[in-house]
Amino acid sequence: MTFNWLSQIFIVSWMNIRNISQRLGTSSVAVFGVACVVGVFIGVLSMATGFQRTMTSAGAEDTVIVLRSGATSEMNSGMSYEQTQLVSAMPGIRKEKEAPLASAELFVVVAINKKTNNAAANVSLRGVQAGAFKVRDKFKIIEGRNFEFGKNELIVGRGAQKQFNSLSLGSSIRFGQSEWQVVGVFEDGGGLSESELWCDAKILQAVYRRGNSYQTIRAKIDGPHGFDQLKAAVAADPTLTLDVRLETEYLAEQSVALSTFIKVIGYPLAIIMAIGAIFGAINTMYTSVSTRTREIATLRALGFGAFPVAFSTLLESLVLAFVGGILGATVVYFLFNGYTVSTLNFVSFSQVVFDFAVTPALLKQGVIFAAVIGFIGGLFPAIRAARLPVATALRDTN
Amino acid sequence: MKYLYFIYKNLTRKKVRTTLTVLSIMIAFLLFGLLRSLSAAFDGGANVAGEDRLVSINKVTLIQPLPFSYLNKVKTLDGVEKVTMSNWFGGYYQDRKNQFPQFPVDAAEFFDIYRDTLNLPPEQLAAWKANRVGTVIGKALAEKFHWKIGDRIPLIGLFPKKDGSTNWEFVVEGIFTGKTESAQTNVMYFHYDYFDKSRQFGEGTIGWMIVKVKNPKESAKVAAAIDELFENSAAETKTDSEKEFSKSFAKQFGDIGLITTLILSAVFFTMLLVAGNAMAQSFRERIPEFAILKTLGFSDVTVMFMVLAEAMLICALGGLLGLGLAKLILVVNASRIATNLPGLDMSFAIIVTGIVWMILLGLVTGFIPALQGLRLNIINALRRN
Repeated sequence: MTFNWLSQIFIVSWMNIRNISQRLGTSSVAVFGVACVVGVFIGVLSMATGFQRTMTSAGAEDTVIVLRSGATSEMNSGMSYEQTQLVSAMPGIRKEKEAPLASAELFVVVAINKKTNNAAANVSLRGVQAGAFKVRDKFKIIEGRNFEFGKNELIVGRGAQKQFNSLSLGSSIRFGQSEWQVVGVFEDGGGLSESELWCDAKILQAVYRRGNSYQTIRAKIDGPHGFDQLKAAVAADPTLTLDVRLETEYLAEQSVALSTFIKVIGYPLAIIMAIGAIFGAINTMYTSVSTRTREIATLRALGFGAFPVAFSTLLESLVLAFVGGILGATVVYFLFNGYTVSTLNFVSFSQVVFDFAVTPALLKQGVIFAAVIGFIGGLFPAIRAARLPVATALRDTN
Repeated sequence: MKYLYFIYKNLTRKKVRTTLTVLSIMIAFLLFGLLRSLSAAFDGGANVAGEDRLVSINKVTLIQPLPFSYLNKVKTLDGVEKVTMSNWFGGYYQDRKNQFPQFPVDAAEFFDIYRDTLNLPPEQLAAWKANRVGTVIGKALAEKFHWKIGDRIPLIGLFPKKDGSTNWEFVVEGIFTGKTESAQTNVMYFHYDYFDKSRQFGEGTIGWMIVKVKNPKESAKVAAAIDELFENSAAETKTDSEKEFSKSFAKQFGDIGLITTLILSAVFFTMLLVAGNAMAQSFRERIPEFAILKTLGFSDVTVMFMVLAEAMLICALGGLLGLGLAKLILVVNASRIATNLPGLDMSFAIIVTGIVWMILLGLVTGFIPALQGLRLNIINALRRN
């Protein structure tokens, strides 16, 4: 034979790939198997990614949140009006026309039914001061108008409106004895606030009988040393037992538990499924080798080397897995990307509304995952193909 | 019986293929066992919860308190046997990561109302009642933090005490166990009185009421009566059976059941295809042999049953291995998971459902080849090559 090694590989592989259509049944099973595994893999991880994105994307580097020492979330923090005044006036907080950029806030949950299962869910209701809209750079009313201070009016986050009942513009909703009007819809950079309802902190205090107490302060810090300045000032005051934390850090910590949980369930699940898909792929490839026994033997008799034959089998497996991977990734992308769900974040005891985020990075991971399945699935059958005894294989009757 | 050896021989002739097929089925059932158990554990609370217990919360939300006086008002209602209260505590041990449920309760009433699910030795109950700062902890919790009776446990709580500090100290006086598999033992209970008198805000209020009804059949009626009693008051109530309450709480996480069902369907469908395809392939290759069997005088039906039996055997083997492995994984990890997700275990119902699925899978994958075996025309089949 005059072929060189490379062209042998090319010829055998090309022939093999063209002939996949003759083994359509088994091949499509392998493709489908890989597609399902990659689909579930990307699906579960896109949930974790989407959740994390919602939890952290609204956090700004120059925003701090002040909580009572030891509080694990806004829910179990608390401070008096005097304390909020004291902190707002401290150095390190940015000022605009002499007024500090800070908002003392009240954070409670109300039971509203979820649209999907009509079951009561804990939705966050945040009472804010006028500063709240300046502290949050990305805040924007996208429908209706902002609430008026002193009135029982609500504005609802974009995500919350999608997930929960009776939050459409203009509707009224009762929490216990109080009745509220929904007057606007807002967005906040896709972040956690979009899962919330906002109202005037003063009104909320009255309705929830909270006296003149607040739970947190959100504030803008002044310059690169603002954070340290504020922290030092709070620590220096013996009447204050408060923690000053960067909003980004606080939000990241809030999301750890749940996204870890999703990943802890998701990764083992994907690995177990992958093992299943590898078995399927190996079976498919063994079948492929065994139906091609004569063909392979003939090739070998003609002078093709063992390696090109083995390589062609491995390549076939890789191609099938790759097609499966792309298929799975595509289906998941169109099915799930942007799909909105909500869950209870146990740390804050309230619902977080988030979208599945099928990111390019996840798609890439999925396809790599498929390739790994294809490689392992094709390896052993490829070795068998290379080792076929030519003389007996030519006699093969299948 | 006499065909068993023949089936066995058939299975072992292509060992690799049979093994791979069995293994893929095993994987499918391993996932089935794990996911079903997981989903059951999420609804677990709902299963232990009795129909004769009601939970009454503030209609606005769980976190809004109710006045203490409600207890006595509810006690006088018809059909109510006992009423007790609880509240949030939301504390953690040493590090924010060490969060677990803690509830202030009424020592005497609580363990009486929950006597069907929780077991606390009487002498420990007595010791607890005698100690104002005493606490009883569940077995899973005791194991996780290696706490034993007599230990002092400092917790950082969500409620500040009268002196402004949020450091609460408790002394372990008892360790209770669950009477059922899914009873929660990752919980800590302490005296309501100590909690209420020590806290800075909210004294004289309760988080929610737990009501034991005389007759479980009247639960709904009693629940309605309670809500009616407080209608139009400053704190309206929402009363449900404990089961309903647990269920709706589990629903807050999103539909775990639906998600696992979706994943399982994808896995099952895939594995069905993979295994079914491998089996069909193996039968196709053996068509001439079936023809020979028939020539030798085996009836159509016998050949069909042999094919079906082989498919069933593969499915049963893989399925049982998978369920067994799932059980093993759950048992080995049970204590580690117990604090986060109590009651994670494969119930008998799950095993039975699994076996039903194995039989179905065997029937479906074996059906077409079996039918081919039945209809096989000897002459044509022998001529095939």
